[in-house]
Amino acid sequence: MNSEAKIKSAKPQAKKRRRAALDSKKSRAGWAFIMPFALIFLAVYLPILFTSAQYSFHELVKVTGGYDLDFVGFDNFNYALFSDAKFTETLVTGVQTLIFQIPAIVIFSLFMAVLLNQEMPGRTLFRAIFFVPVIISTGIMETVNAADVFGGYAQGGAEAVTDPTGDNGSGSTGSQAAEIISTMDIQALFMNMKIGQGLVQYVVDIVNNIYDIVNKAGVQMLIFLAGLQGISPAIYESCTVDGATAWETFWKITFPMISPMILVNAIYTVIDAFTSDGNSVMRYISTVSTNSAIPNSTTVAQAMYWMYFLFVVLIIVVIAAICSAFVFYQRRD
Amino acid sequence: MTKEEAKALKKASKQKIKVDFERTNAWERFKLKYLTWTFIKKVLWFLLRFLLLLGIAYVILYPFISKIFGSFMSRQDLVDVSVKLIPKYPNLDIYTAILEENKYWEAFTNTFILSLVTATIQTFICAVVGYGFAKFKFKGNSLMFGCVMLAMIVPPRTLTLAFINFFKDFKIFGLIPVGENVNLLNTYWPFLLLCIGALYFKNGLYVFMLRQFYKGVPDELEEAAYIDGSGVFKTFIRIILPLSVPMMITVFIFSFAWQWTDTFYSGLFFTNQGNYLITQIVKVPGSLADSTFVAQGLYNNCITNTCGLLIILPLILIYCFCQKYIVQGIERSGIVG
Repeated sequence: MNSEAKIKSAKPQAKKRRRAALDSKKSRAGWAFIMPFALIFLAVYLPILFTSAQYSFHELVKVTGGYDLDFVGFDNFNYALFSDAKFTETLVTGVQTLIFQIPAIVIFSLFMAVLLNQEMPGRTLFRAIFFVPVIISTGIMETVNAADVFGGYAQGGAEAVTDPTGDNGSGSTGSQAAEIISTMDIQALFMNMKIGQGLVQYVVDIVNNIYDIVNKAGVQMLIFLAGLQGISPAIYESCTVDGATAWETFWKITFPMISPMILVNAIYTVIDAFTSDGNSVMRYISTVSTNSAIPNSTTVAQAMYWMYFLFVVLIIVVIAAICSAFVFYQRRD
Repeated sequence: MTKEEAKALKKASKQKIKVDFERTNAWERFKLKYLTWTFIKKVLWFLLRFLLLLGIAYVILYPFISKIFGSFMSRQDLVDVSVKLIPKYPNLDIYTAILEENKYWEAFTNTFILSLVTATIQTFICAVVGYGFAKFKFKGNSLMFGCVMLAMIVPPRTLTLAFINFFKDFKIFGLIPVGENVNLLNTYWPFLLLCIGALYFKNGLYVFMLRQFYKGVPDELEEAAYIDGSGVFKTFIRIILPLSVPMMITVFIFSFAWQWTDTFYSGLFFTNQGNYLITQIVKVPGSLADSTFVAQGLYNNCITNTCGLLIILPLILIYCFCQKYIVQGIERSGIVG
C-alpha cells in the first residue's frame, strides 16, 4: 500500500525531470550546432566590427613604424555631414534611386516567378536561362560588363566608340532598349495621355534598365519560385471548381500566400542593392577614402560608411514595418 | 444494382458517346473544340507568355552572344564596315594570347582550389548552423540569428581597414595574442576563419535558405531516429544531410560562383602577387597592344570581353550540370515565411 503510493507520487516527478533534462540536452545540442558561428562571431567578427566603428571616432596619426589613433569625437561625422560638399547630396539621391528600384525588382521577380511556375514547353530551358545572371553577374564581371561598349558595336560601330554609355553598369543593352522605346514614341504617347509624367518616366526608366533589373532579380525569383511551389495545389483546384478566374485566384490566393516571401525579398533586395559595390554612395565613399585632399580621408570614409549603414538599417526597419502589416501567415503557431 | 447491370449500363453509355461522335461531322467537331473563347484565350496567353519570356531571355543572353562573336574577331573585322556582329575573318589570336601571356591556367588552378575549399566549408557550416537555428529551441536562438543577419547587412567594404589591421596582427578577440606578430595576410586563414564562422560573403542568405529548408522537414523523422537510439549529430549526418543535398548544391553553386568572380576579399587578403587569381587576367596582352592601330580601343574591348568569357566558362559548365538541382532544391524546400 505504502510503496504503491510512493511509486505514484514519484512517477510524475521523474517524468518532469526527464523532460527538463531533454530540454536542456536539446538546448545544448542547439548551441553545439551554432557553435562555429558563435565562436568566430565573438572572436573575429565582433572585434573587427568594433575596430571599424572605433576608427570613425579617431584620426590616424603617422608615427614611426605605423599609425596611432587619436580620439577626435564626432569630428569625422561633422566633416562628412557639413563640410563635405557632395556626401549628403550623393546619399540622398543614391538612396532615392535605390528605393525606386526596389518595388520594380520585387514586382518583376514575382511576375517572372509566376510565369516560370506555369506548365509550358521549354520551361526548364527558360528557368536555366533566367538564373544565369545570379551566377555570373557579380564581382569582376560587373567591371567587364561596365567596360563593354562593344555590345553597341552591333548596332553601329562608330557610335559605340565615341559614346561609351556603360558608366552605370547597365551596359549597352540598356541603350538599345532606350532606342526601341524612343523610336516607337511610346513615351510621347503616354506623356500625351496625361497619366502622370512622373509615373511614365518611372516606367520608361525601368524598361531602359531592364538588363540591370533582370540581373538583380535572380535570387528573388528563386525565393518566390520556392514560395509558389509551397502553395498546395488543392487550394487552386477548389478555386477552379468554385468558378474563380485566374485573375481572382492570383489576388485572393497566390498573393496572400506569397506575401511572407514579398517581405523577405524586399529586405533582401535592400541589403543586396545597398551593400553592392556598384551603387553610387559606395563608389563615392571609396573615392573619398583615397582622396588625399581631404584631411583624415580614411577615417572620414569610415564615418561615412557607418552613417550609411545606420541609414540602411533604418530603411530596412521601415520596410519591414510597412510590409509586415500586409503579410498573411497561413500557419499561426 | 448488380455487377452485370452496371457493366451493361457502362457499355450502353459508351456506345451512345460513340454514336454521337460519329453522327457529328468533322467541321462541327472542330468548331466545338477549337473555336471556343476559352481555347482562343489559351492560345493567345500561350503566345504572349512565350514571346515575353523569349524577349527577356534575349536580353539576358545578348551580352554573351556579342562577347562570343567579338572574341573571334581579327583586326580586319574591326576596320571592315560591313562586319556588324559575325566576324568575316575569324581567328583565335585573342584566345591564344590570353591563355599564354595572361597565364590563364595558373590563375585557373589557384582560383579553383580557393573556390572549392571555401565553397565546401561554407556549404557544410551553413547547413550545420542553419539546422541548429531551425530545429532547436534555446535561449538566445533569435538573438544569434539576428547576429547572422547583422553580419549580412554590414557592407564588407565598411570593414576594409579593420579587416586588414585585424589579420595583419592576428589576436583572438583582438586581445589575446597567439604568438609574436602573426600575419595572416597572404594566407588562406582569413578565408577559412570567415568561412568556418559562416561570416563570409552573403552567408546570411545561405543560413536563411537552409534554415527555412530544415524547418520544413517534419520533426517525426528525427524523433524516429532518436527512438532508434541515434544521437543528435549522427541523426544530422545520416538522415538530415542526405535529405538536403539539392539545397546544399544550390548553396554550393552560389558560394563557388561568387568566390570565383570575387575581387573584394581576394584583393584584401592576398596583397602580394604570389596568389595569382582568375580575376587578375583581365588585361590586354602585350602582343596584342598596338597603339598605331586605328580601332585599338574596340580591339581592347574585344579582349576584355574574351577575358570575361574565359572567366565565366567554367561556371557555365558547372551550372549546366547542376542547374536542375537549383530548381529542385528550391521546389522541395517549400520555403515559407
